[in-house]
Amino acid sequence: MRVGVVTFPGSLDDHDARRAVHLAGAEPVRLWHADAGLQGVEAVILPGGFSYGDYLRAGAIARFSPVMDAVIPAAQDGLPVLGICNGFQVLCESHLLPGALVRNDHQQFRCQDQTLRVESTHTAWTSGFQAGQQVVVTLKNGEGAYMADDRTLDELEEQGRVVARYVGDNPNGSRRAIAGVTNARGNVVGLMPHPEHAVESGYGPSVDGLTFFTSVLNSVVRA
Amino acid sequence: MGTVIVDVMPKREILDPQGQAVAGALARLGATEFTQVRQGKRFTLEVEGEVTPQTLAAARQAAVTLLSNPVIEDVVSVRAQQDVEQVRAQQDVEQVRAQQGDQA
Repeated sequence: MRVGVVTFPGSLDDHDARRAVHLAGAEPVRLWHADAGLQGVEAVILPGGFSYGDYLRAGAIARFSPVMDAVIPAAQDGLPVLGICNGFQVLCESHLLPGALVRNDHQQFRCQDQTLRVESTHTAWTSGFQAGQQVVVTLKNGEGAYMADDRTLDELEEQGRVVARYVGDNPNGSRRAIAGVTNARGNVVGLMPHPEHAVESGYGPSVDGLTFFTSVLNSVVRA
Repeated sequence: MGTVIVDVMPKREILDPQGQAVAGALARLGATEFTQVRQGKRFTLEVEGEVTPQTLAAARQAAVTLLSNPVIEDVVSVRAQQDVEQVRAQQDVEQVRAQQGDQA
């Protein structure tokens, strides 16, 4: 299986994302922000970092890059897409996911090992977990507070579209401690913490993150 | 050359940590009368020639598609600069008249 990882100007974690794809047993494919196509990949990852320097709003300029003109309709057609950190911000700005991410309520950049509870396993990227399973991955963000109005939040909860929640202290002021959400179809997932930094023993807090990347292999094989 | 001014503010119900940080610094400077600070953005969009109704319509479109995110921000004003300046000038005139009225 070929999984594309987009590099925007200012992406930081594209290398780690490609490594995670490789360790999961898939073939990582480099996609460039100025590319018009997706080279026939079967899934796409939008990595963490500071695309376009976070100018205007985090993810706002990346959302209008040429590669997103291909990613957005493909995601609407069911292509598995995972946005991590800045990638999550890009997905929200693209309206592929509801809500928005704003500056942490305590105004500080936070970098720590973070326990999450996987709330939904009905997505392309979390099908390998047990519902309610707790995992530990890296969290590192300055603008990671998930915001949406109450109606949207209620809808997400009712439809089982909250993918993961922070366990323990809320690290960034996200509403309802939301760490990740998915679209109605479950193929698009946005996640603020970084599973790609927790895929290899000896590096990062665990290898729990690997399951996000192996899940998508199974989802595509099944489809 | 004409200029359109677009003002964007964080929504009232969204926490504005940058505004809070500024409010904290103001208080430390002794400016304690300000109970809340919110920080927004101003864009100036320049065009060749005069600002027309079409220019303003295009600026409004730009304001809601790229310049703001409606989930967290409100576009509070899209105006031609000459109009903004005219309004200001009018307000200045009214203020001076009011002061003269007070003195009379």
